[in-house]
Formats: sequence, structure tokens, C-alpha cells
Amino acid sequence: MSGHATFEPKHPALKWFESRLPLVGLIHSSFIAYPTPRNLNYWWTFGGILSLMLVCQILSGVVLVMHYTPHVTLAFDSVEHIMRDVSYGWLIRYIHANGASMFFIAVYIHMFRGLYYGSYKAPREVLWILGCIIYLLMMATAFMGYVLPWGQMSFWGATVITNLFSAFPVVGPTIVEWLWGGFSVDNPTLNRFFSLHYLLPFMIAGVVVLHVWALHVVGQNNPTGVEPKTEKDTVPFTPYATIKDGFGMVCFLIFFAWFLFYIPNYLGHADNYIPANPLVTPAHIVPEWYYLPFYAMLRAVPDKLGGVLTMFGAIIVLFFVPWLDTSKVRSGVYRPLFKQFFWIWIVVCIGLGWLGSKPAEGGYVIAGRILTVWYFAHFLIILPLLGLFEKPKAVPASITEAVLGKKTKGGAPASVGAHAPQTKG
Amino acid sequence: MNMTMNKLSSLRSLIARAVVAATLVTAAGGLAVAAEEGGHGSPKPPREHWSFAGPFGRFDQAQLQRGFQVFKEVCASCHGAHLLAFRNLAQPGGPGFTDAQARVVAEGFQIQDGPNDAGDMFDRPGRLSDRWPSPFPNEQAARASNGGAYPPDFSTLAKARTYEVGFPGFLIDIFTQYQEQGPDYIHALLNGYTEPPEGFAVPEGAHYNAYFPGHAIKMPQPISEGQVTYSDGSPETVEQYSRDVTAFMMWVAEPHLETRKRLGFQVMIFLIVFAGLLYFTKKKVWKSVEH
Repeated sequence: MSGHATFEPKHPALKWFESRLPLVGLIHSSFIAYPTPRNLNYWWTFGGILSLMLVCQILSGVVLVMHYTPHVTLAFDSVEHIMRDVSYGWLIRYIHANGASMFFIAVYIHMFRGLYYGSYKAPREVLWILGCIIYLLMMATAFMGYVLPWGQMSFWGATVITNLFSAFPVVGPTIVEWLWGGFSVDNPTLNRFFSLHYLLPFMIAGVVVLHVWALHVVGQNNPTGVEPKTEKDTVPFTPYATIKDGFGMVCFLIFFAWFLFYIPNYLGHADNYIPANPLVTPAHIVPEWYYLPFYAMLRAVPDKLGGVLTMFGAIIVLFFVPWLDTSKVRSGVYRPLFKQFFWIWIVVCIGLGWLGSKPAEGGYVIAGRILTVWYFAHFLIILPLLGLFEKPKAVPASITEAVLGKKTKGGAPASVGAHAPQTKG
Repeated sequence: MNMTMNKLSSLRSLIARAVVAATLVTAAGGLAVAAEEGGHGSPKPPREHWSFAGPFGRFDQAQLQRGFQVFKEVCASCHGAHLLAFRNLAQPGGPGFTDAQARVVAEGFQIQDGPNDAGDMFDRPGRLSDRWPSPFPNEQAARASNGGAYPPDFSTLAKARTYEVGFPGFLIDIFTQYQEQGPDYIHALLNGYTEPPEGFAVPEGAHYNAYFPGHAIKMPQPISEGQVTYSDGSPETVEQYSRDVTAFMMWVAEPHLETRKRLGFQVMIFLIVFAGLLYFTKKKVWKSVEH
């Protein structure tokens, strides 16, 4: 991408360093001069919010590890020790526990945004797939993190999820024993989950670097889906995107703080305040809210292996979306039919999430099956066919045209805004 | 104007579609819901007024002291609270005992310590740093003395109990900041010992409780009117005892609740002001760029 301005070091020391490692130049071209489409809306701030959440989780996690003990006899009480005895330990632990949920809220919005505006389409396929990999890593990380407090839901969640792998023929039981480090969920399981829970976030950070790199190669998508053509279509990242992202982040933090300080256990499960007991099964074993749609799909299929494959398939299918969507038009804004199906799909996802929290019986299972079929049909049937049959609306010639056209069409006195007396200092 | 109208109408049709889809899902699930309610129906615990609820919630010190008294004189004979340290009793945000008072409580217990230089274990009076001694040496002993049931430890109990709120209540709870499922359930349970309905066979050694899942609870009605003598003139009723001990249990489970809510308010003020400043800065930066 051609930038608005390139970095020219002035100070001799910086010149010396820059000629040996152009680090400041890299930062400058990535986060200052980097041209971003001028018409990005607030859904585009979630990339920055996600980076913030990753940093937040890693920092709070590193502090938690200083006080946590990964042993079945001590884990629960060591978490409570953090909650009670460590200075502001309750704050750090609630940040980490609620932060995981916030991370997922942000990533779901980020993914829905990508799906709506066609951000996965050429030339952004690799960018999209890297995002899917990050999402998978997040799911694994969050699952293992939830096991660490060694409460009832930790233990039984781990038991249910690891047992899923036993559905695979021949290698299944071996995989499960290997995951457990024994013949049931026990101390070796807790230890390896702890180790991996510490490792995976850094792998996420690594893939995030690739994700951002890929983004900076192909450039950001935008609500029109039209690539920037002239310099008029873009603005430099700083100050325009930085200030907008900053505002988005702080608004998100307000939302986060509401949960963190006032309803910190809302997103968790009461049973996890009961120490793990292998002899007592909770009445309903329910995963964390962010897995619920997949949990509903797992239980919608009567066959165990089928359920497991369906569940994993629901994520795998995302990797192929760039090729399943056959439409020439990128942004959903100009696709009247796609738009409708997109929102139906969102409702289906939320419906699956609700069903995942319900017991697997009667009408819930039937509803779960209908919605599971719809979930897959959306990607495998609707998206490919829509591209062939849908008649898209006219796409603007450029971002600038879309922006200015919107103002004049809406009758909003754009020029008045520009000439308004400056009242704010 | 045109644009707004378009947007509005498309939004309206969108909402209509969402409603249709949601109705379909609900209708499909309806069968199951009906089946479930017919089965094991525990009534929802009534929502009580708690001093520690809401964004400015604080514990009522007098109530915590009374609750502690009920715990010590009644509950503690079967239930432990192994994460509660004697020093906690004198910590800010708690029952507000003085150090000296907490020490007296601690010294009322003999704590096993050791081994000493001779290699022997020995008993000594409790200290502020000790934790509340459990009434039974282990879970098996507790079960053996309680008809096979294990009286749960109070350390996190008030956060470990809940009931299902259901739709749409669970969404409304986000805005009303309702987090007192546990205390409401415990309070309801303590007041839920009633005569079993006709045809309900209470198993041997169990007792009927309207709010306990399955209704057959091993714990007999733990407290009766006038059992604990309050020194502050509060009513000596089961209702008052259960309210006080539940508040105490909530404090045991979440001893930093007051700090959390106070800090939360400060953080909120900061973030909202900061967001406002950023908003106007953003507006100024973007002023000359149509977007």
C-alpha cells in the first residue's frame, strides 16, 4: 500500500538504528501512515478492541499465575486465596474471568462484521483463515482456562469435552487417555491444561501478528466493499483510526466494567464455586456461553461421532466461506437477499445458543436439529446459490462517491457542517 | 430524510423477520418447556431486598454480626467455613469486629499445631491468622454423622447456589444488576420447611422443603424461633435469623464486595468522562472528512 507519508528519521541516533533495524519505520507505516478507508464504521473498531482484550488477558493471567497452584487438592482454594487474600486479587481474577467472555463477545461481533461486509473475499482469504485459526485457538484456550479453578463445572466440562474425542474410531480412546494423562480427568489433566493455557495465548499473539500483517498487505475492507482507488478514499491511520478505535475501546471498557464490578458472576456458572467432586455429577453440565451454539449442535445429532463431526464441522465450514460465497459483490449492503439471510443466520446462531443452555430433551432437540440444518444450509446451499440468483444493487464507483453521495441523497447539508462555526476548543 | 426512512423501514422488516424466526424457535421449544414444568417444579425463590444488592450495595454491619452469631451458635455445629480466617472478622467491609473481639473469637477454639521440637502435635488457642475449624475431620466423618449427607462448607456457598431465571428475566438481570440468586435461594430454603403436599412421600431420614431441588432434604429445619438470643433487640424469628445468616454467608463468599462496588463506581465515572473527551476529540479530528 502506498502510504500518505513515509518515515524519515531526523535524529542521528535514530538514523543509525533505523539503518540497522527499521523498527520505528515499521511502526510508522503500520500504525501512523497506514491508509485506512475513510468510511469505516464502528464495527471496524473491534479489531483494536480484540488486541486490547488479548493484552488484558495475558497481563492479568501472568499475575494470576503468580498466586495460582495447579494441583487438584489446591487449585480451588488457591483461586479463592486470590479472591480473598491477594491485594486486589479479586479484581485481577474477575478481569480475567469476565475478560474471556468480553474477548468472545468482541470476536463474535468482529466475525459477524466480516461475514456481513464480505471481508473474507479475494484478496482477503488468507486474512480470514488466519482469523478462523485465532478463533479456534481462543476456544481451546478458554476451555482449558475454565478447567483451572477446578470447580464442579471445570471438572465435568473437561470430562464431557475430552470424552468427545473417544467418538473417533480406532484412535479415539488413545487420544482421550493422552489428553487426560491417565484414565480419567485428574491431576495430570489439570497440569497439562495449565501448561497449554499459558502457551496458547502466545500462539494467538503470534497468529495475530500474521493476521495484522496480512491485513496490511491487502488493506482493510470497508462498508461499501469497494477497494480504495485514490488517495481521497483513505485517511492516515493516525489520527483518524487511532482516535476512533480509542473511543470504541473505551466504550467497550465501560461495558466490560459493568460486568466486572457489578455482575462478575453473571456469565459464569454457580456450580463452579463448588470444589470439583468426581463422585457427584451436576444436574446440568453446561459449557460457557460462547460454546453453547456448538454444544446444541453436538447434542442435536443422535450419533456421538456424528455430533462431534457436526460440531467441528460448524467451525471448519467457516474456513471455506471465501469460496462458498459465489457473489461478485463483496459488501452485504448491496445484496438485498443476502442481507435477509444473514440476519436469519444470526437469529439461528442465537437460537442455537439458547438451546445449548437447555436440557437435551423433547422439543429442544427437535428445534436444535432444525437450526443445525439451517446453520449448515446457510453456508453450503444459500451462500453458493445466492451469488447465482441474487440481483445486487448498484455498487458505487468509489468510496468517496459512496460517502459524498450518501450526504447529498440524504439531503443533509454537508457543506453547512463543514462551515459550522467552531465552538469547541 | 429519504435515507433515514429507507433505513427505518429496512430495520423494521428486519426486526419483523427476526421476530418470526424467534417465534418459530420458541414454538418448537415450547413442547419441551411444557413438559419440563410439569415435572420437577420448584417454585422460584422470592426476590428479597438485600442491603448489599445494587451498584451502591453495602453490608449491614449489625446484620453481619447477628448472622455471625447464628452461624457460630447454630450452623457451625455441622457446616464448616474453612476459608474464613478469624482476621477476616475484623477486616473492613465485614462485620466490623475489632481486632480484640476477633482475637477472643479465635481464642475460643483449640487449634492443632506442630509438630514441636519433640515431634509431637499439640493444641493451642486459635490466633487471628487461623482459619475457621471445620466441625468434622473429613467429609466421610461429616456424612457418617449426618445420615449420609454432607453439610456443605459455607466458604463459597452463597455464590454456589442459584436457580434458573428463564427468558427474558435473565436478560433483564444484566440491567438491574441482579446477582442475588444464591442469597435468595438460601433464604427461601431456610423458610421453606412446610408440610409436604398430599401424595408426596418423604423418604426416611429426609425432610420436605419447598425450595430444595427434589424437595427431600437431609437437613432438618435448622433453626426455630427464639433459638438465638440477639442483644440488639432484633426479632428472634426464623425469618430474621435466616435473613441475617444469609447476609453473613454472602459476605463469607465475597468478602471484598463493598470494595468491588466502590471501585466500580470510580472506574465507571473515569471511563465515562474519558469516553466523552475521546468522543469530542474524535469529532474534531474527523471534522473536515466526510465519512
